[in-house]
Amino acid sequence: MRLDVLNRGYGPGAKLLFALIRLFSRHPVPDAARLVFYRPDFYGTRAKEFTHEAMRGPSAWSVADRELMAAYVSTVNESAFCIGAHSATARQAYQDGPKVAAVLADLESAPVEDGLKATLRMLGKLTRDGELGATDMRQVLSAGVSRQQVQDALAVCAAFNTTGRLADAFGFEVLRPEDFEAGAKYLLKRGYR
Amino acid sequence: MGSTFTSLPAEHHAQRAVNGQQEVYRAVLTEDKKRAAYRALEDRILNGPGTATPDQRARAFSNAGLSQPLAGLVGKVATRPAQVTEADFAAARAAGFSEDQLFELVICAAVGQSARLYDAGLAALAGAIAVQEDG
Repeated sequence: MRLDVLNRGYGPGAKLLFALIRLFSRHPVPDAARLVFYRPDFYGTRAKEFTHEAMRGPSAWSVADRELMAAYVSTVNESAFCIGAHSATARQAYQDGPKVAAVLADLESAPVEDGLKATLRMLGKLTRDGELGATDMRQVLSAGVSRQQVQDALAVCAAFNTTGRLADAFGFEVLRPEDFEAGAKYLLKRGYR
Repeated sequence: MGSTFTSLPAEHHAQRAVNGQQEVYRAVLTEDKKRAAYRALEDRILNGPGTATPDQRARAFSNAGLSQPLAGLVGKVATRPAQVTEADFAAARAAGFSEDQLFELVICAAVGQSARLYDAGLAALAGAIAVQEDG
């Protein structure tokens, strides 16, 4: 990573944990997982709490839908690490790789239900333009999405606009596909805490 | 490090715009657990202990009132993060910022931009609901 403290500044407990993960999983510890162990009182502790609540907390959206939103927002931001991590997680959660690939390639022609498509369109516009009108949001509500679902989708959007920016700014290493698949399996089993 | 910053008042336009959006949607929507959890993160990075001053962190969060080279790095994190390079960090280090200060200020920039998106989305939702209920 671009800051030396993020490569070498961890305490003995975190270093031991990273070594054990490498040993037993036979995969590298993703930089996203390492970052939250650096001075966790500043960022990691509360970031994990929020991200877990957004991605795994109570919601009418499925875990798969929320992982797809994360992958979609990351695609708009061109965040290579987060695209790799969350497209893998969405594929495993849906058990449908072609569906995820279709959404990320061309949302409008992708085979997803109207409410999810309208929500992804709204998140894309917000992320790209930095602003959104009531008219944009009325289209989402008209597609049958509830107010709470909109709020839940905006939480996913905030989580991955944050993580994606940190991934690109700090220079998270983009992993091999098999490492992203292993990370996805972990995220589906254990979440973000 | 005072010379690194311009003399804009701490309360600048970006922050006022965010506050305005919050007033709009808080009248219509109840704050849920997710937004509260994000607010706890915002509050910690802005107001808790750190190696960068609270004023530096507030300016990075708002992407406003910074001078070069920090303004370049923070501006990229906020608006075109895929374009951040090693040179942006090198320039900030050369200006005297420590690794821990840059860790904090990059996080403030990322969280600040995301908080503005979050609030803009919630304000649009509140606006859409108000129109539905009027009509």
